Amino acid sequence: MVEKDHFRQVLQHSPFHDRIEEHNLIKNWMSWNGYQTARVLDTLSAEYFAIRSGCSVMDLTPMEKYRITGPDSLAFLNRLVARDLSKLKPNRVTYVVWCNDDGKVLDDGTIFHLGDAGYRLCSQHHQLDWLLISSQGFDVEIAEETHEVAALAVQGPTSCAVLRAAGIDGLDQLKPFGIQYTQLLGFEVMVSRTGYTGDLGYEVWTEPRHAVDLWDAIFATKHRGLYDVRVIGLDALEMVRIEAGFIMPGDDFITAETAVRADHDRSPFELGVGWTVNLDKPYFTGKGALIKEKSSAIKRRLVKLVVEGNKPPVDSFLYDAMKGKRIGTIKSQTWSPILKANLAMADIDYINGKAPREIWAEIYYQKELTWHATWARTTVSEKPFWSHPRKSATPPGPY
Amino acid sequence: MTNSKTIVLVGGGHNGLVCATYLAKGLGPAGYTVQVLEARDQIGGAASTRCFGQDSCKGGFRVSAVAHVLHSLDPQIGRDLNLANAGLDRGPAIETISLGRNGDHLTLSATAVSGNGLSKVDIESYASFKNEFRSYAKALKPLMTNRPPRLKNMDRRDLITLTQLGWALRFGLGANSMLEFLRVGGINIYDVLNEQFDSERLKGAIAADAVIGHHMGPRTPTTVLTYLHRLQGELHSPQTLPPGGMGKVTEALAEAARIAGVHIRTGAKVTRILIRDGSVTGVALDSGERIDTELVVSNADAKTTFLKLVGTQDLDAMFAHRIRKTRTNGTVAKLHLGLKGLPEVNGMSVAQLGQRLLIAPDMGYVEHAFNHAKYGEFSEHPVLEITLPSITDASLTRDGYHVMSVVACFAPYALKTGWDQGREVFADRIVSLLGAYFPGIASQIVARELLTPVDIEAQYNITGGHWHHGELGIDQSFMMRPVHGAAQYDTPVDGLFLCGAAAHPGGGVTGVPGRLAAERILALSR
Ligand SMILES: Cc1cc2nc3c(=O)[nH]c(=O)nc-3n(C[C@H](O)[C@H](O)[C@H](O)COP(=O)(O)OP(=O)(O)OC[C@H]3O[C@@H](n4cnc5c(N)ncnc54)[C@H](O)[C@@H]3O)c2cc1C
Repeated sequence: MVEKDHFRQVLQHSPFHDRIEEHNLIKNWMSWNGYQTARVLDTLSAEYFAIRSGCSVMDLTPMEKYRITGPDSLAFLNRLVARDLSKLKPNRVTYVVWCNDDGKVLDDGTIFHLGDAGYRLCSQHHQLDWLLISSQGFDVEIAEETHEVAALAVQGPTSCAVLRAAGIDGLDQLKPFGIQYTQLLGFEVMVSRTGYTGDLGYEVWTEPRHAVDLWDAIFATKHRGLYDVRVIGLDALEMVRIEAGFIMPGDDFITAETAVRADHDRSPFELGVGWTVNLDKPYFTGKGALIKEKSSAIKRRLVKLVVEGNKPPVDSFLYDAMKGKRIGTIKSQTWSPILKANLAMADIDYINGKAPREIWAEIYYQKELTWHATWARTTVSEKPFWSHPRKSATPPGPY
Repeated sequence: MTNSKTIVLVGGGHNGLVCATYLAKGLGPAGYTVQVLEARDQIGGAASTRCFGQDSCKGGFRVSAVAHVLHSLDPQIGRDLNLANAGLDRGPAIETISLGRNGDHLTLSATAVSGNGLSKVDIESYASFKNEFRSYAKALKPLMTNRPPRLKNMDRRDLITLTQLGWALRFGLGANSMLEFLRVGGINIYDVLNEQFDSERLKGAIAADAVIGHHMGPRTPTTVLTYLHRLQGELHSPQTLPPGGMGKVTEALAEAARIAGVHIRTGAKVTRILIRDGSVTGVALDSGERIDTELVVSNADAKTTFLKLVGTQDLDAMFAHRIRKTRTNGTVAKLHLGLKGLPEVNGMSVAQLGQRLLIAPDMGYVEHAFNHAKYGEFSEHPVLEITLPSITDASLTRDGYHVMSVVACFAPYALKTGWDQGREVFADRIVSLLGAYFPGIASQIVARELLTPVDIEAQYNITGGHWHHGELGIDQSFMMRPVHGAAQYDTPVDGLFLCGAAAHPGGGVTGVPGRLAAERILALSR
């Protein structure tokens, strides 16, 4: 993007844009990190079911990507994130969160160990400034490569079969969070068994100049009548990520960098991702604060709630009893077609380190433009709402 | 846990020595031993005496190395540590004389000003101005001589300090003075002096005191506060030239330390403060030696302490970043001249020559001198603070010779051309400026050396060669000195404390940061 005129294009086009545009029947675009991205292309439920019972394809190019190289790469990343990365082997990926000095979460993402090529960090939000601040005193180079890497998320029960039919070999033995390199039509693609859907799925990475060829190879399987492959937008992804219990920085909690008011930012423990925090590894940013936080009872939690009834609990307040004391709010929610339930991420106050015995949602809903209010009982789910054995089966099995 | 009963002071500057002595007195009875590890071969840091000229000390010259005028050594330290017994000699009191080219010099004492051509009004205004400003300085004293209060989670000590400050401002000053103080506190010395005086020379001299050592000109906001910082010393003692140079003062401090049982080592450079699980476990020396300790007090500046000795890998990223972003580039150079015979100044007696001499003819001159520093240049016409200590102290050189010590502003650390190119050019410029006041001085010079901020950094281990180990801007003062999160002498690293000029209330040979750091450690150990 060296041309001086790049700003005239308010939303950037990813290298897959021309192909996506062909599929985007309702032109429901939005911005994702400055890229023109489809919210829904055709029918939301069709896109949802492509993920859950077929094969879905989503353009991942807008996701923030950074390459970290240099002798101190591991030391730098280990001081950046709360998880212990010393155990991350080459060609493996791991989920991480990172905090500010106060132990409050700035963002989450994945780290790819690319062997001699260093590490790739993928994040939800722009992090270059924080990475540079954190790099002082470390012999590392940090390069933003968001625009230099084209990527597709290929997810769903038939994703492995589709990629195989598209000409990508050797996926049978690729384990969850593994990375593999293959040649496709004479160019290199990297495939990682990663994703945001909680199902069998892959992310396929290549150079932007090969993006269209990669796309065409995948969709050729559909045109040959082998599999149904469907492009999906961000709305379908939002449904499945809630089912899978993944948190969304900026939606489920305000990131520490953007929080202005005291007590609005959240620690990994408060977000339910304390399992990624290792307080026994060497110092990392926020460790001191997190050790302190651990010494007293947890004050609040982001929890997964199943909300009874069929009314969507959009932005609902939560109470410790019907008409009881207010204890929190719903942050994001979806109707899960596969589970036939309302699922939600909710920020609630804990009492003496425990969730309140009962949690009730007060739900406002409309019928023919008239508002009504109702109460719905909810239950906390400690596990992801939805998971399937094929997610981790290697080989994934034929679908 | 090393269970060590050793306390390590990194650095034997005057603040390190003061802190060590208080700690030895306070914790010695509990079985602790205090060790001072000084990187240089000499204790004292920026408050020491050095040799220059032919054959160095023999037949050469000795001079106060960096700091040369003693103006604010805390008298409480003198009493607490019995410094008289340890041989402290502050030396003869001196006044400030602002030089005029034609014999029209002004003599400024703490309370009065005199000189040819001064109006009666200016003379009276000076007395009342100094009176008023000393009362402001006094009102700030609770803040300047106590640990800075935290604004969040205050404890009893913090509340007492704030109450004392509030009391001193409101009742110590009285309603009218308090209003005036609140008015001038945040503005610049330029505007204040223009309100007060007519004489350009008088305004120039006072303005110089507000900016020497800072990256500021008279028109820079908050120069009233830097002036009040400077006045703290005047509240309790006159400015003096210590016999034998500033090194004699720190030798007395070292003697007091030894009497208290402190073990002092020189040539012992600390390369690393060792940390495990967020707590200090020891220090490593450049010799490879390792000393186990759970308590390290650093007299080094904040950047050296955190970025070099601790290292960012053991710190939170934003804390390390804020330390790195503190402004620590020095602006002052030190010129030492060995002279054959005493230079002469039009209309001045030898006794007058032995005072603190200023070249700062007017505020515009001072402001222009600063302008260069903003753009990475040294001043075309620098502001000079000159002493001739050999007039009253024959020990500094042999008969018939004299030593001149010159603080020269402004000499920015980050000189555009680099100091290897600039050093001699700037020295020549200072000498030629001196020539305008001391005719013929150029031909008297038999030895000269210029210490630029880069040299002070290299030789005295002060990042940026900064007078105060970091600018005394309002954003780097009080509860934000050196940065918030490390402003009460303790730091985010358990067992690591700061005791040097980088900590509140800043630089100058005061000993106050050293004393307050020790008080903080003693309070926490109770
Ligand atoms: C040009 C100039 C002129 C000045 N003139 C005056 C003046 O006339 N009057 C006045 O009152 N003030 C003056 N000052 C200010 C004054 O000199 C300082 O503020 C004061 O000396 C600082 O004392 P300190 O003990 O805090 O630090 P320092 O004197 O800097 O002592 C720190 C010590 O720590 C040591 N150290 C650092 N790192 C290590 C390490 N890794 N291992 C072991 N040891 C280490 C250093 O070698 C040094 O000895 C002047 C400053 C400058 C730059």
